[in-house]
Amino acid sequence: MLEGLKKKIDEMMANKPSPEAVKNAIAEGQIWKSIFRHGYPDTPRNRIMAVLSNVFLHLHPVKVRHSGVKMSYTWCMGGLSFFLFLNLTVTGVLLMFYYRPTAEYAYYDIVALREHVPLGIMRELHRWGAHAMVIAVWLHMFRVFMTGSYKPPREFNWVIGVVLLLLTLLLSFTGYLLPWDQLAMWAITVGTNMARATPFLGYEGPGASMLQVGGVKLVTGGSDIHFALLGGHFVSEATLLRFYVLHCVFIPIVAATLMAIHFWRVRKDGGISGPL
Amino acid sequence: MHFIVDVINSLFNPVTYFFGSLIGFVAMIHYREKWTEPQLALKILGGVVVALILAMFNDHFRDISTKSDNVPIFIMVFGVGFFTWLSFRQAVVNDRRLAQGQPPVEKETSDKKVYVWPDLVYVEFIATIVAGIALLVWSLCLHAPLEESATQAWTPNPSKAPWYFLGLQEMLVYYDPWLAGVVFPSLIVVGLMAIPYIDKNPKGAGYYTFNERKFAILPFMFGFLVLWVSLIFLGTFLRGPGWNFFGPFEEWDLHKVVVLNNVNLSEYFWVKLLGFLGIGLPHNPIIRELPGSLLIGAYLIALPPWLTKKSAFLMGLLERMGVARYAVLIFLAFSMAALPIKMLLRWSIHLKYIVAIPEVFFNI
Repeated sequence: MLEGLKKKIDEMMANKPSPEAVKNAIAEGQIWKSIFRHGYPDTPRNRIMAVLSNVFLHLHPVKVRHSGVKMSYTWCMGGLSFFLFLNLTVTGVLLMFYYRPTAEYAYYDIVALREHVPLGIMRELHRWGAHAMVIAVWLHMFRVFMTGSYKPPREFNWVIGVVLLLLTLLLSFTGYLLPWDQLAMWAITVGTNMARATPFLGYEGPGASMLQVGGVKLVTGGSDIHFALLGGHFVSEATLLRFYVLHCVFIPIVAATLMAIHFWRVRKDGGISGPL
Repeated sequence: MHFIVDVINSLFNPVTYFFGSLIGFVAMIHYREKWTEPQLALKILGGVVVALILAMFNDHFRDISTKSDNVPIFIMVFGVGFFTWLSFRQAVVNDRRLAQGQPPVEKETSDKKVYVWPDLVYVEFIATIVAGIALLVWSLCLHAPLEESATQAWTPNPSKAPWYFLGLQEMLVYYDPWLAGVVFPSLIVVGLMAIPYIDKNPKGAGYYTFNERKFAILPFMFGFLVLWVSLIFLGTFLRGPGWNFFGPFEEWDLHKVVVLNNVNLSEYFWVKLLGFLGIGLPHNPIIRELPGSLLIGAYLIALPPWLTKKSAFLMGLLERMGVARYAVLIFLAFSMAALPIKMLLRWSIHLKYIVAIPEVFFNI
């Protein structure tokens, strides 16, 4: 038994398989085939299959304009925005393991992240990734504008892109409050103070005082859009919870849905733009 | 040294800053053939970097620049600068080709199709790795900021919005929150969405060009560079305590006193212009604000048709676009111009409000 095995190993060592043969053996094997359904993508057929049979890659068409894959043309900014969104999702989930959105714990959970986690850079990855995503989304829009890529038939995808830009800023803005330090609280105070002046809906906005029923004002400091946004008259624990839920659940879901539509429509509207 | 610093500080104020950026913008467009040449562009970049390094010797400027949350602003400014160059460079090259009757560079390879695997996937793969490493290095080198625990007990001065909203915060100097914080941001979003439906120029789709799309690129770039990016820079480096304006190397003095003797248009009209009648400010706000209201109405309703009739260019635009598209375009353009106009009125005649009805928070 052992002799036979030894002999077999000796035989294998004697005629060493080439790297090519190993690659083929893996790519033709049952495990590989069960996952990828095709051989190593170095033939036209397998390259087509690689894109068609992969749920992630099939966002792409099989073939694209050569001019469209050049970095000088696309700047890669749309793809990087998406990459940064994924990065923010992963690091965000990890941060949620440690973070409690209450006035009592929020700040000290952030301090603990800094003090107690060895080599902890999750918060840094999340914060700088968020800033980078804002910049990447701006530059993506800038590129799409400069190449006239919003022109027919891509008009509506541009509109979706504008909404995604807005959602990116709102994600960044709601996240800004969560560390619950002075920087956070007062930046959000400055930003949300505007809501008080919303025409008709904010109690310091033009027209709000006209909305009365029998002399009773409908829009007051305790019922206007600013109050609804903050859950109070000023940035408080209720605001922290609201922004936390918006930041971690609501806006990401909306953004992810719109991203799916955005990518799908790039395909449906004729793929990456190029001269006619 | 002190002398140079003082001179630079004294050169900076909102007026010179705005006109400086405006002149820079006009020069950028006008001399695009020159500065897009890689050699000159590199020299300009070198000049900016040297100036920045010199500026870092100033304690105050270094303190602000190296605040960790301000680092993204440098990345943004240099990123926007680089990609402005890249897009204009390609536009200039394409425009030269188009002038000679050749197709744009992109056309040469746009009919050729390549496989997504590997040609596109490897670009994405490498870009992901490079961006991932850059983000890791950035995160390892620079701690995320964390100040004292939040408290309503004391307000930091200055209190600044996150950097990407500083352009809006700067607008608050000139307009009330309902305009600067609600109406104008909404118009920015709506205006951006409207671009594909307003711009009916079929040329310039899918390649870089300037000459074929001047009237689309100019307002967009003016809004993006002059009214958005440069105001973020201003809000970060030149606005200090009390939202007062400071030179780039000027210490932020908490007790700086700036005379704010701004005057409403109604006072100009009823008190200064009609002062000889001795009626003073009317008590009825509707009568009091009649001159300002008429002015706003004239600006938004009467001026556009009058200008359109006077200008052959605008008439041509109207004919090509149709009334609805043209009306939206003009409304958005006039709204965008409202910011620089109010800036000029504030700086020249210290105008506070054109229409001021504080009773119902309606101030323009």
